[in-house]
Amino acid sequence: MKKVYLDYAATTPIDPRVLKAMLPYFSKKFGNSMSLYSLGREADEALEKSRRTIANLINAEPQEIVFTSSATESNNLALKGVAFGGKNRGKNHIIISSIEHDCVLESSRWLRNQGLALTELSVDDQGLIDPNELKKAIADKTLIVSIIHGNNEIGTIQNIAEIGKICREKGVYFHTDASQSLGKTPIDVKAMNIDLLTASSHKVYGPKGVAFLYVGSGVVIEPILHGGGHELGKRSSTVNVAGIVGFAKACEILKKEMKTENKRIAKLRDKLIKDIQEAIPEAKLNGAVGDKRLSNNVNFSFPVVEGESLVLELDFNGVAASTGSACSSKNLMPSHVLTAIGLKPHQAHGSLRFSIGRFTKKEDIDFTIKKLVRVFDKLKVMSPLYQV
Amino acid sequence: MSNFYSKQTIDHFRNPRNYGALTNPDGLGEAGNIICGDIMSLYIEVKENKKAEEIITAVKFKTYGCAAAIATSSVITDLAKGKTIDEALKLGKKDIIDTLHGLPPIKIHCSLLAIDALGEAIYQYLLKNKREIPQDLRQKHDRIEKGKKIIEERLKKLAR
Repeated sequence: MKKVYLDYAATTPIDPRVLKAMLPYFSKKFGNSMSLYSLGREADEALEKSRRTIANLINAEPQEIVFTSSATESNNLALKGVAFGGKNRGKNHIIISSIEHDCVLESSRWLRNQGLALTELSVDDQGLIDPNELKKAIADKTLIVSIIHGNNEIGTIQNIAEIGKICREKGVYFHTDASQSLGKTPIDVKAMNIDLLTASSHKVYGPKGVAFLYVGSGVVIEPILHGGGHELGKRSSTVNVAGIVGFAKACEILKKEMKTENKRIAKLRDKLIKDIQEAIPEAKLNGAVGDKRLSNNVNFSFPVVEGESLVLELDFNGVAASTGSACSSKNLMPSHVLTAIGLKPHQAHGSLRFSIGRFTKKEDIDFTIKKLVRVFDKLKVMSPLYQV
Repeated sequence: MSNFYSKQTIDHFRNPRNYGALTNPDGLGEAGNIICGDIMSLYIEVKENKKAEEIITAVKFKTYGCAAAIATSSVITDLAKGKTIDEALKLGKKDIIDTLHGLPPIKIHCSLLAIDALGEAIYQYLLKNKREIPQDLRQKHDRIEKGKKIIEERLKKLAR
Protein backbone atom coordinates (compact mmCIF):
# COMPACT_ATOMS: atom_id res chain seq x y z
CA MET A 1 0.00 0.00 0.00
CA LYS A 2 1.14 3.53 -0.75
CA LYS A 3 2.28 5.39 2.37
CA VAL A 4 2.47 9.15 2.72
CA TYR A 5 4.32 10.64 5.66
CA LEU A 6 3.00 14.08 6.60
CA ASP A 7 4.36 14.40 10.11
CA TYR A 8 7.74 16.02 9.46
CA ALA A 9 7.16 18.30 12.46
CA ALA A 10 7.28 15.20 14.68
CA THR A 11 10.49 13.91 13.16
CA THR A 12 12.20 13.54 9.81
CA PRO A 13 13.99 10.66 8.10
CA ILE A 14 17.76 11.03 7.91
CA ASP A 15 18.84 12.42 4.54
CA PRO A 16 21.00 9.81 2.75
CA ARG A 17 23.78 12.42 2.44
CA VAL A 18 23.71 12.87 6.22
CA LEU A 19 23.84 9.15 6.87
CA LYS A 20 26.82 8.81 4.54
CA ALA A 21 28.70 11.55 6.40
CA MET A 22 28.01 9.88 9.76
CA LEU A 23 28.92 6.29 8.94
CA PRO A 24 32.72 6.48 9.37
CA TYR A 25 32.27 7.79 12.92
CA PHE A 26 30.64 4.66 14.32
CA SER A 27 33.31 2.00 13.99
CA LYS A 28 36.33 3.48 12.19
CA LYS A 29 36.68 7.00 13.59
CA PHE A 30 35.12 6.09 16.93
CA GLY A 31 37.54 8.00 19.19
CA ASN A 32 36.66 10.03 22.24
CA SER A 33 37.12 13.69 21.39
CA MET A 34 38.91 14.22 24.74
CA SER A 35 41.62 11.59 24.05
CA LEU A 36 45.11 12.88 23.25
CA TYR A 37 46.13 10.33 20.63
CA SER A 38 45.34 10.62 16.94
CA LEU A 39 41.99 8.80 17.12
CA GLY A 40 40.84 11.31 19.70
CA ARG A 41 42.21 14.27 17.76
CA GLU A 42 40.41 13.04 14.67
CA ALA A 43 37.14 13.02 16.60
CA ASP A 44 37.87 16.44 18.04
CA GLU A 45 38.59 17.87 14.60
CA ALA A 46 35.29 16.49 13.27
CA LEU A 47 33.52 17.97 16.29
CA GLU A 48 35.02 21.44 15.83
CA LYS A 49 34.45 21.44 12.09
CA SER A 50 30.81 20.56 12.74
CA ARG A 51 30.56 23.35 15.27
CA ARG A 52 31.77 25.87 12.68
CA THR A 53 29.31 24.63 10.06
CA ILE A 54 26.37 24.86 12.46
CA ALA A 55 27.40 28.27 13.86
CA ASN A 56 27.62 29.54 10.30
CA LEU A 57 23.97 28.69 9.58
CA ILE A 58 22.71 31.08 12.29
CA ASN A 59 25.58 33.62 12.14
CA ALA A 60 26.96 32.62 15.56
CA GLU A 61 30.58 32.10 16.63
CA PRO A 62 31.63 28.43 16.90
CA GLN A 63 32.40 28.69 20.64
CA GLU A 64 28.81 29.84 21.20
CA ILE A 65 27.39 26.45 20.13
CA VAL A 66 26.85 23.96 22.98
CA PHE A 67 25.92 20.46 21.83
CA THR A 68 23.26 18.59 23.81
CA SER A 69 21.17 15.45 23.40
CA SER A 70 17.79 16.98 22.55
CA ALA A 71 15.82 20.19 22.19
CA THR A 72 14.26 19.33 25.55
CA GLU A 73 17.72 19.33 27.13
CA SER A 74 18.67 22.58 25.37
CA ASN A 75 15.52 24.30 26.59
CA ASN A 76 16.05 22.98 30.12
CA LEU A 77 19.66 24.20 30.03
CA ALA A 78 18.67 27.63 28.71
CA LEU A 79 16.06 28.28 31.39
CA LYS A 80 17.51 26.51 34.40
CA GLY A 81 21.06 27.45 33.46
CA VAL A 82 20.22 31.15 33.22
CA ALA A 83 18.00 31.00 36.31
CA PHE A 84 20.79 29.55 38.43
CA GLY A 85 23.34 31.84 36.80
CA GLY A 86 21.07 34.77 37.54
CA LYS A 87 20.68 33.98 41.22
CA ASN A 88 23.93 35.82 41.81
CA ARG A 89 22.60 38.89 40.04
CA GLY A 90 19.46 39.09 42.12
CA LYS A 91 17.06 38.51 39.22
CA ASN A 92 14.24 36.00 39.51
CA HIS A 93 11.55 36.58 36.89
CA ILE A 94 10.92 34.53 33.72
CA ILE A 95 8.62 35.46 30.82
CA ILE A 96 7.35 32.89 28.33
CA SER A 97 4.42 32.68 25.94
CA SER A 98 1.37 30.50 26.53
CA ILE A 99 2.14 28.43 23.41
CA GLU A 100 5.60 27.14 24.31
CA HIS A 101 6.52 23.50 23.84
CA ASP A 102 5.95 21.41 26.96
CA CYS A 103 9.68 21.33 27.78
CA VAL A 104 9.82 25.14 28.08
CA LEU A 105 6.48 25.28 29.86
CA GLU A 106 7.35 22.57 32.35
CA SER A 107 10.89 23.84 32.98
CA SER A 108 9.50 27.31 33.70
CA ARG A 109 6.79 25.97 35.98
CA TRP A 110 9.38 23.88 37.80
CA LEU A 111 11.46 27.02 38.33
CA ARG A 112 8.36 28.79 39.60
CA ASN A 113 7.96 25.99 42.12
CA GLN A 114 11.55 26.66 43.17
CA GLY A 115 10.59 30.24 44.02
CA LEU A 116 11.03 32.17 40.76
CA ALA A 117 8.28 34.36 39.32
CA LEU A 118 6.73 33.39 35.99
CA THR A 119 4.67 35.36 33.47
CA GLU A 120 2.92 33.53 30.62
CA LEU A 121 2.05 35.96 27.82
CA SER A 122 -1.22 35.35 26.02
CA VAL A 123 -1.41 35.16 22.23
CA ASP A 124 -3.98 36.36 19.69
CA ASP A 125 -6.16 34.06 17.58
CA GLN A 126 -3.27 33.51 15.16
CA GLY A 127 -0.87 32.63 17.95
CA LEU A 128 1.14 35.86 17.98
CA ILE A 129 2.26 37.57 21.18
CA ASP A 130 1.72 41.31 21.55
CA PRO A 131 5.11 43.10 21.73
CA ASN A 132 3.55 45.82 23.87
CA GLU A 133 2.40 43.21 26.38
CA LEU A 134 5.96 41.93 26.46
CA LYS A 135 7.34 45.42 27.09
CA LYS A 136 4.90 45.86 29.97
CA ALA A 137 5.71 42.46 31.44
CA ILE A 138 9.48 43.07 31.62
CA ALA A 139 10.42 44.25 35.11
CA ASP A 140 13.67 45.06 36.95
CA LYS A 141 13.79 41.50 38.23
CA THR A 142 13.26 39.93 34.81
CA LEU A 143 16.03 37.54 33.95
CA ILE A 144 15.01 35.95 30.70
CA VAL A 145 12.31 36.01 28.04
CA SER A 146 11.73 32.71 26.21
CA ILE A 147 9.44 32.77 23.19
CA ILE A 148 9.07 29.93 20.72
CA HIS A 149 10.08 30.94 17.18
CA GLY A 150 7.93 28.69 14.98
CA ASN A 151 5.14 26.94 16.84
CA ASN A 152 5.13 23.16 16.55
CA GLU A 153 1.35 22.75 16.38
CA ILE A 154 -0.06 25.70 14.46
CA GLY A 155 3.12 26.85 12.73
CA THR A 156 2.89 30.51 13.72
CA ILE A 157 6.22 32.35 13.40
CA GLN A 158 6.81 35.08 15.97
CA ASN A 159 8.56 38.29 15.02
CA ILE A 160 11.70 37.38 16.95
CA ALA A 161 13.72 40.30 15.58
CA GLU A 162 11.26 42.67 17.23
CA ILE A 163 11.19 40.62 20.44
CA GLY A 164 14.99 40.48 20.46
CA LYS A 165 15.22 44.23 20.08
CA ILE A 166 12.85 44.81 23.00
CA CYS A 167 14.80 42.41 25.21
CA ARG A 168 18.15 43.96 24.28
CA GLU A 169 16.87 47.46 25.04
CA LYS A 170 15.53 46.32 28.40
CA GLY A 171 18.71 44.40 29.18
CA VAL A 172 17.13 40.96 29.63
CA TYR A 173 18.19 37.71 28.02
CA PHE A 174 16.18 36.46 25.06
CA HIS A 175 15.93 32.73 24.39
CA THR A 176 14.01 31.22 21.52
CA ASP A 177 13.09 27.62 20.82
CA ALA A 178 13.82 27.29 17.11
CA SER A 179 13.31 23.52 16.92
CA GLN A 180 10.67 23.87 14.22
CA SER A 181 11.93 26.97 12.48
CA LEU A 182 15.60 26.14 11.82
CA GLY A 183 15.94 25.79 8.07
CA LYS A 184 12.40 27.01 7.40
CA THR A 185 13.03 30.71 7.87
CA PRO A 186 16.36 32.56 8.07
CA ILE A 187 17.88 32.99 11.53
CA ASP A 188 20.64 35.48 12.34
CA VAL A 189 21.33 35.52 16.07
CA LYS A 190 23.33 38.75 15.85
CA ALA A 191 20.91 40.77 13.74
CA MET A 192 17.94 39.43 15.73
CA ASN A 193 19.52 40.10 19.15
CA ILE A 194 19.12 36.49 20.27
CA ASP A 195 21.08 35.48 23.39
CA LEU A 196 20.13 31.81 23.50
CA LEU A 197 18.63 29.55 20.84
CA THR A 198 17.58 25.91 20.79
CA ALA A 199 17.59 23.70 17.69
CA SER A 200 17.41 19.98 17.10
CA SER A 201 18.93 17.67 14.51
CA HIS A 202 16.09 15.20 13.93
CA LYS A 203 13.74 17.95 12.74
CA VAL A 204 16.11 18.80 9.88
CA TYR A 205 16.91 15.36 8.41
CA GLY A 206 19.69 14.64 10.91
CA PRO A 207 19.82 11.89 13.54
CA LYS A 208 17.85 11.82 16.80
CA GLY A 209 19.72 12.37 20.05
CA VAL A 210 21.57 15.53 18.95
CA ALA A 211 20.68 19.18 19.44
CA PHE A 212 22.41 22.41 20.36
CA LEU A 213 21.94 25.44 22.51
CA TYR A 214 23.45 28.62 21.17
CA VAL A 215 24.71 30.66 24.14
CA GLY A 216 25.84 34.13 23.08
CA SER A 217 29.20 35.21 24.47
CA GLY A 218 28.81 37.00 27.77
CA VAL A 219 25.59 35.19 28.74
CA VAL A 220 25.92 33.94 32.33
CA ILE A 221 24.79 30.32 32.48
CA GLU A 222 25.27 27.48 34.94
CA PRO A 223 25.57 23.92 33.64
CA ILE A 224 22.93 21.39 34.64
CA LEU A 225 25.16 18.41 33.83
CA HIS A 226 28.41 18.48 35.81
CA GLY A 227 31.39 16.29 35.06
CA GLY A 228 34.40 16.32 32.77
CA GLY A 229 33.90 19.86 31.58
CA HIS A 230 33.01 19.22 27.95
CA GLU A 231 31.54 21.97 25.78
CA LEU A 232 33.56 24.67 27.57
CA GLY A 233 32.21 23.47 30.89
CA LYS A 234 28.62 24.17 29.89
CA ARG A 235 27.59 20.56 29.29
CA SER A 236 29.59 17.58 30.50
CA SER A 237 29.10 14.25 28.72
CA THR A 238 31.15 12.27 26.25
CA VAL A 239 30.52 13.93 22.92
CA ASN A 240 28.25 12.21 20.38
CA VAL A 241 30.60 12.81 17.45
CA ALA A 242 28.76 10.72 14.84
CA GLY A 243 25.47 12.44 15.69
CA ILE A 244 27.03 15.89 15.61
CA VAL A 245 28.73 15.22 12.27
CA GLY A 246 25.29 14.24 10.96
CA PHE A 247 23.67 17.37 12.39
CA ALA A 248 26.38 19.50 10.75
CA LYS A 249 25.86 17.83 7.39
CA ALA A 250 22.12 18.45 7.75
CA CYS A 251 22.82 22.14 8.44
CA GLU A 252 25.19 22.37 5.49
CA ILE A 253 22.39 21.07 3.26
CA LEU A 254 19.93 23.55 4.79
CA LYS A 255 22.29 26.44 4.11
CA LYS A 256 22.56 25.44 0.46
CA GLU A 257 18.99 24.38 -0.25
CA MET A 258 16.60 26.04 2.17
CA LYS A 259 15.72 29.01 0.02
CA THR A 260 14.46 27.04 -2.98
CA GLU A 261 13.20 24.14 -0.88
CA ASN A 262 11.00 26.31 1.32
CA LYS A 263 9.42 27.91 -1.71
CA ARG A 264 8.53 24.45 -3.01
CA ILE A 265 7.19 23.29 0.35
CA ALA A 266 5.15 26.45 0.95
CA LYS A 267 3.47 25.86 -2.42
CA LEU A 268 2.52 22.33 -1.38
CA ARG A 269 1.32 23.69 1.98
CA ASP A 270 -0.92 26.25 0.30
CA LYS A 271 -2.25 23.62 -2.08
CA LEU A 272 -3.07 21.29 0.82
CA ILE A 273 -4.83 24.11 2.68
CA LYS A 274 -6.84 25.11 -0.40
CA ASP A 275 -7.75 21.51 -1.25
CA ILE A 276 -8.96 20.76 2.29
CA GLN A 277 -11.04 23.94 2.36
CA GLU A 278 -12.63 22.99 -0.95
CA ALA A 279 -13.25 19.33 -0.09
CA ILE A 280 -14.47 19.88 3.48
CA PRO A 281 -15.77 23.45 3.70
CA GLU A 282 -16.68 23.12 7.37
CA ALA A 283 -13.01 22.53 8.31
CA LYS A 284 -11.37 25.54 9.92
CA LEU A 285 -7.71 26.50 9.45
CA ASN A 286 -5.84 27.14 12.72
CA GLY A 287 -2.93 29.57 12.91
CA ALA A 288 -1.60 32.32 10.69
CA VAL A 289 -1.36 32.57 6.91
CA GLY A 290 1.46 33.36 4.47
CA ASP A 291 4.87 34.40 5.80
CA LYS A 292 3.76 34.20 9.41
CA ARG A 293 3.29 30.45 9.06
CA LEU A 294 6.02 27.79 8.89
CA SER A 295 6.40 26.75 5.27
CA ASN A 296 5.52 23.14 6.10
CA ASN A 297 2.66 23.41 8.62
CA VAL A 298 -1.05 22.79 8.03
CA ASN A 299 -3.45 22.60 10.98
CA PHE A 300 -7.22 22.25 10.72
CA SER A 301 -10.10 21.74 13.14
CA PHE A 302 -12.70 19.32 11.85
CA PRO A 303 -16.21 19.58 13.20
CA VAL A 304 -18.15 16.52 14.44
CA VAL A 305 -15.20 14.11 14.33
CA GLU A 306 -12.48 13.55 16.87
CA GLY A 307 -8.76 13.89 16.10
CA GLU A 308 -7.43 10.60 17.40
CA SER A 309 -9.99 8.70 15.33
CA LEU A 310 -9.00 10.74 12.28
CA VAL A 311 -5.30 10.03 12.80
CA LEU A 312 -5.82 6.29 13.27
CA GLU A 313 -8.18 5.90 10.35
CA LEU A 314 -5.88 8.00 8.14
CA ASP A 315 -3.03 5.70 9.11
CA PHE A 316 -5.03 2.69 7.92
CA ASN A 317 -5.44 4.57 4.66
CA GLY A 318 -1.70 5.16 4.36
CA VAL A 319 -1.38 8.74 5.65
CA ALA A 320 0.62 9.68 8.78
CA ALA A 321 -0.52 12.89 10.53
CA SER A 322 -1.02 14.09 14.11
CA THR A 323 -3.61 15.74 16.38
CA GLY A 324 -3.91 18.02 19.41
CA SER A 325 -6.92 16.11 20.69
CA ALA A 326 -7.24 15.36 24.40
CA CYS A 327 -7.75 11.69 23.62
CA SER A 328 -4.27 11.46 22.18
CA SER A 329 -2.56 13.24 25.08
CA LYS A 330 -1.17 11.71 28.24
CA ASN A 331 -3.27 13.89 30.56
CA LEU A 332 -6.52 13.82 28.53
CA MET A 333 -6.41 17.61 28.16
CA PRO A 334 -6.74 19.24 24.74
CA SER A 335 -3.63 20.99 23.39
CA HIS A 336 -2.73 24.12 25.39
CA VAL A 337 -1.69 25.79 22.14
CA LEU A 338 -5.11 25.34 20.53
CA THR A 339 -6.95 26.55 23.63
CA ALA A 340 -4.54 29.53 23.88
CA ILE A 341 -5.61 30.73 20.40
CA GLY A 342 -9.21 30.55 21.56
CA LEU A 343 -10.42 27.21 20.28
CA LYS A 344 -13.38 25.63 22.06
CA PRO A 345 -12.88 22.11 23.41
CA HIS A 346 -14.63 20.41 20.47
CA GLN A 347 -12.50 22.37 17.98
CA ALA A 348 -9.31 21.30 19.75
CA HIS A 349 -10.48 17.67 19.92
CA GLY A 350 -11.11 17.70 16.19
CA SER A 351 -7.71 19.10 15.22
CA LEU A 352 -5.41 17.55 12.66
CA ARG A 353 -1.85 18.60 11.80
CA PHE A 354 -0.14 17.80 8.54
CA SER A 355 3.51 18.76 8.18
CA ILE A 356 5.21 18.59 4.81
CA GLY A 357 8.86 17.88 4.16
CA ARG A 358 11.79 17.34 1.83
CA PHE A 359 10.44 14.12 0.38
CA THR A 360 6.81 15.22 -0.10
CA LYS A 361 5.58 15.42 -3.68
CA LYS A 362 2.49 16.93 -5.24
CA GLU A 363 0.98 13.46 -5.77
CA ASP A 364 1.24 12.89 -2.02
CA ILE A 365 -0.97 15.90 -1.39
CA ASP A 366 -3.57 14.63 -3.89
CA PHE A 367 -3.45 11.18 -2.28
CA THR A 368 -3.89 12.71 1.19
CA ILE A 369 -6.93 14.75 0.16
CA LYS A 370 -8.59 11.70 -1.37
CA LYS A 371 -8.03 9.66 1.78
CA LEU A 372 -8.95 12.48 4.15
CA VAL A 373 -12.34 12.95 2.50
CA ARG A 374 -13.01 9.21 2.70
CA VAL A 375 -12.00 9.04 6.38
CA PHE A 376 -13.97 12.15 7.33
CA ASP A 377 -17.10 10.79 5.60
CA LYS A 378 -16.74 7.44 7.33
CA LEU A 379 -16.36 8.91 10.81
CA LYS A 380 -18.92 11.71 10.56
CA VAL A 381 -21.86 9.36 10.01
CA MET A 382 -20.97 7.67 13.30
CA SER A 383 -21.02 10.97 15.16
CA PRO A 384 -24.04 12.15 17.19
CA LEU A 385 -22.94 15.72 16.41
CA TYR A 386 -23.44 15.22 12.68
CA GLN A 387 -26.80 16.39 11.35
CA VAL A 388 -27.82 14.81 8.06
CA MET B 1 3.08 -0.60 29.18
CA SER B 2 1.84 0.01 25.68
CA ASN B 3 -0.41 2.89 24.79
CA PHE B 4 -1.44 1.19 21.60
CA TYR B 5 -4.70 -0.62 20.96
CA SER B 6 -5.32 -4.36 20.79
CA LYS B 7 -6.23 -6.02 17.50
CA GLN B 8 -9.78 -6.46 18.77
CA THR B 9 -10.13 -2.77 19.62
CA ILE B 10 -8.87 -1.76 16.19
CA ASP B 11 -11.33 -4.19 14.59
CA HIS B 12 -14.29 -2.71 16.49
CA PHE B 13 -13.07 0.81 15.69
CA ARG B 14 -12.67 0.12 11.99
CA ASN B 15 -15.72 -2.15 11.60
CA PRO B 16 -18.12 -0.91 14.25
CA ARG B 17 -21.16 -3.11 14.86
CA ASN B 18 -24.60 -1.53 15.00
CA TYR B 19 -23.78 2.11 14.41
CA GLY B 20 -26.58 4.42 13.45
CA ALA B 21 -29.85 5.34 15.10
CA LEU B 22 -33.32 3.83 15.72
CA THR B 23 -36.17 6.06 14.60
CA ASN B 24 -38.52 5.17 17.44
CA PRO B 25 -36.32 3.76 20.17
CA ASP B 26 -37.82 2.34 23.35
CA GLY B 27 -34.91 3.91 25.17
CA LEU B 28 -32.23 6.48 24.33
CA GLY B 29 -29.20 6.93 26.57
CA GLU B 30 -26.70 9.77 26.30
CA ALA B 31 -23.38 9.90 28.08
CA GLY B 32 -20.13 11.83 27.91
CA ASN B 33 -19.43 15.45 27.17
CA ILE B 34 -17.68 17.66 24.66
CA ILE B 35 -15.08 19.02 27.08
CA CYS B 36 -13.62 15.57 27.61
CA GLY B 37 -14.12 14.81 23.96
CA ASP B 38 -16.41 11.77 24.05
CA ILE B 39 -20.15 11.79 23.41
CA MET B 40 -22.24 8.66 23.03
CA SER B 41 -25.89 8.15 22.10
CA LEU B 42 -27.26 4.63 22.53
CA TYR B 43 -30.64 3.49 21.18
CA ILE B 44 -32.46 0.33 22.30
CA GLU B 45 -35.51 -1.56 21.12
CA VAL B 46 -37.18 -3.82 23.72
CA LYS B 47 -39.67 -6.63 23.03
CA GLU B 48 -41.27 -9.29 25.19
CA ASN B 49 -40.52 -12.89 24.33
CA LYS B 50 -42.81 -15.91 24.80
CA LYS B 51 -41.75 -16.24 28.42
CA ALA B 52 -42.83 -12.64 28.97
CA GLU B 53 -39.22 -11.57 29.46
CA GLU B 54 -38.14 -8.15 28.16
CA ILE B 55 -35.42 -8.63 25.60
CA ILE B 56 -33.21 -5.95 24.03
CA THR B 57 -33.83 -6.84 20.40
CA ALA B 58 -31.96 -4.01 18.69
CA VAL B 59 -29.20 -1.64 19.75
CA LYS B 60 -27.65 1.21 17.79
CA PHE B 61 -25.07 3.82 18.69
CA LYS B 62 -23.60 7.11 17.57
CA THR B 63 -20.33 8.17 19.09
CA TYR B 64 -18.07 11.18 18.87
CA GLY B 65 -14.69 10.28 20.25
CA CYS B 66 -11.42 8.44 19.98
CA ALA B 67 -10.92 4.92 18.70
CA ALA B 68 -11.48 3.51 22.22
CA ALA B 69 -14.78 5.36 22.55
CA ILE B 70 -16.00 4.02 19.21
CA ALA B 71 -14.78 0.48 19.92
CA THR B 72 -16.34 0.32 23.39
CA SER B 73 -19.63 1.62 21.93
CA SER B 74 -19.54 -1.08 19.31
CA VAL B 75 -18.84 -3.78 21.91
CA ILE B 76 -21.60 -2.72 24.27
CA THR B 77 -24.17 -2.96 21.47
CA ASP B 78 -22.94 -6.48 20.70
CA LEU B 79 -23.04 -7.49 24.35
CA ALA B 80 -26.47 -6.01 25.10
CA LYS B 81 -28.26 -7.33 22.03
CA GLY B 82 -30.45 -10.36 22.84
CA LYS B 83 -30.09 -9.90 26.59
CA THR B 84 -32.92 -9.35 29.06
CA ILE B 85 -33.07 -5.97 30.78
CA ASP B 86 -31.82 -7.57 34.00
CA GLU B 87 -28.92 -9.23 32.24
CA ALA B 88 -28.00 -6.03 30.40
CA LEU B 89 -27.91 -4.11 33.65
CA LYS B 90 -25.34 -6.55 34.99
CA LEU B 91 -22.86 -5.73 32.20
CA GLY B 92 -19.81 -3.92 33.51
CA LYS B 93 -16.65 -2.32 32.18
CA LYS B 94 -14.82 -5.58 32.71
CA ASP B 95 -17.04 -7.29 30.12
CA ILE B 96 -16.11 -4.64 27.57
CA ILE B 97 -12.41 -4.64 28.38
CA ASP B 98 -12.26 -8.45 28.28
CA THR B 99 -14.00 -8.52 24.90
CA LEU B 100 -11.45 -6.03 23.58
CA HIS B 101 -8.54 -8.00 25.10
CA GLY B 102 -7.57 -4.99 27.17
CA LEU B 103 -7.45 -1.21 26.70
CA PRO B 104 -4.54 1.19 27.26
CA PRO B 105 -4.75 2.31 30.93
CA ILE B 106 -5.59 5.89 29.98
CA LYS B 107 -8.57 4.70 27.91
CA ILE B 108 -10.27 2.59 30.58
CA HIS B 109 -12.70 5.44 31.28
CA CYS B 110 -14.11 5.08 27.75
CA SER B 111 -15.58 1.70 28.72
CA LEU B 112 -17.41 3.35 31.62
CA LEU B 113 -18.97 5.76 29.16
CA ALA B 114 -20.48 2.86 27.19
CA ILE B 115 -21.87 1.29 30.37
CA ASP B 116 -23.34 4.67 31.35
CA ALA B 117 -25.02 5.11 27.97
CA LEU B 118 -26.60 1.65 28.14
CA GLY B 119 -27.77 2.28 31.72
CA GLU B 120 -29.31 5.58 30.66
CA ALA B 121 -31.16 3.95 27.74
CA ILE B 122 -32.61 1.32 30.08
CA TYR B 123 -33.45 3.98 32.66
CA GLN B 124 -35.40 5.89 30.03
CA TYR B 125 -37.18 2.73 28.90
CA LEU B 126 -38.25 1.85 32.44
CA LEU B 127 -39.33 5.43 33.15
CA LYS B 128 -41.38 5.66 29.94
CA ASN B 129 -43.18 2.44 30.79
CA LYS B 130 -43.80 3.58 34.35
CA ARG B 131 -41.82 0.71 35.73
CA GLU B 132 -39.95 0.42 38.93
CA ILE B 133 -36.36 1.61 38.60
CA PRO B 134 -33.72 -0.31 40.56
CA GLN B 135 -32.05 1.86 43.19
CA ASP B 136 -28.53 1.58 41.83
CA LEU B 137 -29.71 2.51 38.32
CA ARG B 138 -31.45 5.57 39.76
CA GLN B 139 -28.30 6.55 41.63
CA LYS B 140 -26.23 6.15 38.51
CA HIS B 141 -28.69 8.29 36.56
CA ASP B 142 -28.51 11.03 39.22
CA ARG B 143 -24.71 10.97 39.06
CA ILE B 144 -24.74 11.31 35.26
CA GLU B 145 -27.29 14.13 35.39
CA LYS B 146 -25.21 15.96 37.97
CA GLY B 147 -22.14 15.56 35.77
CA LYS B 148 -24.02 17.00 32.79
CA LYS B 149 -25.00 20.09 34.81
CA ILE B 150 -21.41 20.72 35.85
CA ILE B 151 -20.28 20.47 32.24
CA GLU B 152 -23.03 22.84 31.10
CA GLU B 153 -21.79 25.38 33.63
CA ARG B 154 -18.23 25.00 32.40
CA LEU B 155 -19.35 25.37 28.79
CA LYS B 156 -21.21 28.56 29.68
CA LYS B 157 -18.04 29.89 31.30
CA LEU B 158 -16.01 29.00 28.20
CA ALA B 159 -18.55 30.73 25.98
CA ARG B 160 -18.09 33.97 27.87
